[in-house]
Amino acid sequence: MLEINNLHVELEEEDKAILKGVNLSIKAGSVHAIMGPNGSGKSTLAYVLSGKGGYEVTEGSAKLEGVELLDMEPEERAAAGLFLAFQYPVEIPGVGNMTFLRTAVNAQRKARGEEELSAGDFLKVVREKGKALQIGSEMMKRPVNVGFSGGEKKRNEILQMAMLEPKMCILDETDSGLDVDAMKLVSEGVNALRDAGRSFLVITHYQRLLDHIKPDFVHIMANGRIIKTGGPELALEVEQNGYADILTEVA
Amino acid sequence: MTAMPKVETEVREGVDRETVETVEAMAGKYKHGWETEIEMDFAPKGLNEDIVRLISAKNEEPQWMLDWRLAAFARWKEMEEPDWAMLEYPKIDYQDIYYYASPKSMQDKPKSLDDVDPKLLATYKKLGIPLQEQMILAGVEGAGEVPAEGRKVAVDAVFDSVSLGTTFQAELMKAGVIFCSISEAIRTHPELVQKYIGSVVPQSDNFFATLNSAVFSDGSFVYIPPGTRCPMELSTYFRINAENTGQFERTLIVCDKGAYVSYLEGCTAPKRDTNQLHAAVVEIVIMEDAEVKYSTVQNWYPGDEDGVGGIYNFVTKRADCRGDRAKVMWTQVETGSAITWKYPSCILRGDDSQGEFYSIAIANNAQQADTGTKMIHLGKRTKSRIVSKGISAGRAQNTYRGLVSMHPKAKDSRNYTQCDSLLIGDKCGAHTVPYIEVKNNSSRVEHEATTSKVDDDQLFYCRSRGMDEEEAVALVVNGFCKEVLQSLPMEFAMEAQALVAISLEGSVG
Repeated sequence: MLEINNLHVELEEEDKAILKGVNLSIKAGSVHAIMGPNGSGKSTLAYVLSGKGGYEVTEGSAKLEGVELLDMEPEERAAAGLFLAFQYPVEIPGVGNMTFLRTAVNAQRKARGEEELSAGDFLKVVREKGKALQIGSEMMKRPVNVGFSGGEKKRNEILQMAMLEPKMCILDETDSGLDVDAMKLVSEGVNALRDAGRSFLVITHYQRLLDHIKPDFVHIMANGRIIKTGGPELALEVEQNGYADILTEVA
Repeated sequence: MTAMPKVETEVREGVDRETVETVEAMAGKYKHGWETEIEMDFAPKGLNEDIVRLISAKNEEPQWMLDWRLAAFARWKEMEEPDWAMLEYPKIDYQDIYYYASPKSMQDKPKSLDDVDPKLLATYKKLGIPLQEQMILAGVEGAGEVPAEGRKVAVDAVFDSVSLGTTFQAELMKAGVIFCSISEAIRTHPELVQKYIGSVVPQSDNFFATLNSAVFSDGSFVYIPPGTRCPMELSTYFRINAENTGQFERTLIVCDKGAYVSYLEGCTAPKRDTNQLHAAVVEIVIMEDAEVKYSTVQNWYPGDEDGVGGIYNFVTKRADCRGDRAKVMWTQVETGSAITWKYPSCILRGDDSQGEFYSIAIANNAQQADTGTKMIHLGKRTKSRIVSKGISAGRAQNTYRGLVSMHPKAKDSRNYTQCDSLLIGDKCGAHTVPYIEVKNNSSRVEHEATTSKVDDDQLFYCRSRGMDEEEAVALVVNGFCKEVLQSLPMEFAMEAQALVAISLEGSVG
């Protein structure tokens, strides 16, 4: 599904290398988690894959189903099936959540040459999917993320994901700022989307989220590289001992 | 006019798919830039007393009207063009303009729209303003669940210096509503016109209003009798077509005790590389317990990307809440014109009267806008509200200029002003110039102002969900303008949304 090969990335303004040769291969239907200390480049990886400005790719490639992502505009990547659930979802005052969702869904459908969803069909689907995430009509009407609580913002990201039905989902610290109940709700939302044709890259600091969203592989990222890969037990090890042991072991 | 979505609430929520499609279909060009080829009757170029007499004679006006015009002209010759606005433009040569241009075929004053030259009717059809008395405006079929009966809009079509005709006159007459061109009103209802014209914007008010008083050729007249709710929306559609011609329309609306009317105004002009002058006056008289809503979508040709051509728009609009509890609401969407100089104002004379001003002003490329309002609180417990959204892009300069004045007798009055500016790119400017005068100690004035840039994070968020950059900008800007768009009647809200997106095309990337 996603093949990242020797990816090197610098910050455009500072000439500072953030990613220093990331290799990662994600098969269709699998769930990969990335953990790592602050500043190791996890969020940068998520942003670079989805096409955020301000980064320069100096080397390497990232292919989604064999197609180079790094040459595409952000909206093209989205239409190709990539989705990033933001760590800090952005507020858009005055734009209703529902309008935003419908504009996004139809923009992608159009880009893929599919017919747009009618207002009625869209409403039906969004109500059904919102229900599972406990997002009611009141939250649909409010402007995008404006005045949303931390939990509401993250649930809203998952709703967008459910509506857009991407193939490759990247979750950037979706668990940050969530209480136990909200984490459960969000995880259930994600698990409901698990599918043989859909892959996940889950970036997190805590094992806790991985109790709910069970990964097939866990990667440890440090200093711009993936330094260790293992199964779910690797996350438990980090939880108990921190990163120090792994860092020394690799060094 | 654009296609309507099926659910009304969708219109109110920001940009819609339909809007975006319409925008794309228009491919970034000024949509109304074409010209109607038609034989015109021009008065000689330049301005003098004879021209004033000629315009008056063309309109078959009574002596008092001619005298009024001549008095204004005498005044105007003594006045100087104001230069306090934050606008830069070459000096206007008032002798190099045609002050009267009328299609030849209009000389015999057609009895009804059926007799009007088909070419002229086709012009309005092309603009999406059909002059047949059909239920709804073209392009808004599918207005959906709203019963067609409630969606009738009467149109007065003004082409250069003359009104071509007014629809639904007979039906309006049944309700006692008079809706006709001002030239017709001067002939058929002289007592009303004489009583009210110049009573809100006096002949000597300002340079451009005085010029208008001397040479105005047409415009609309509305009278709503006491206790009458106007049975449909009224609208005037102004089209400047002839080259080097000024348009000086004058609109007079009188809303008698306890009456209500909602009035819409639209304007377009062909693309030309010379500038054209538009100096209009709108006067509104509102009696006790009456209410007027006046909405404008101003889409005059804005000039090209290099600032060549475009309309110079110098407009005086004022409403006088003459009776107690009178209400007025101005809503304007200003997307066109090379230069905009416009301050729709409210005189809150009656006790407990209310004035509202909602504005979206977009300036892109080399456009300059200096616009705002004046709220003059004279009566007790008067209230006013100002919501201004200025959007600047390209090299444009956009100024909000507003006055809130609380007079000594305006005890316990209140004003709330919110002034938001949005910048797109780093070569444009936004300016806010509020004037506040409070001459009593029981009134309250609040002013809030913000300036922000279209946020890269917002654009990236939208794009990461699949919208392209222009769609993303349109969505964010429509969100920014939402409060004002909501105050527009539905037909105009759609057109305005589409216009917001079109006006900003090419402003990113």
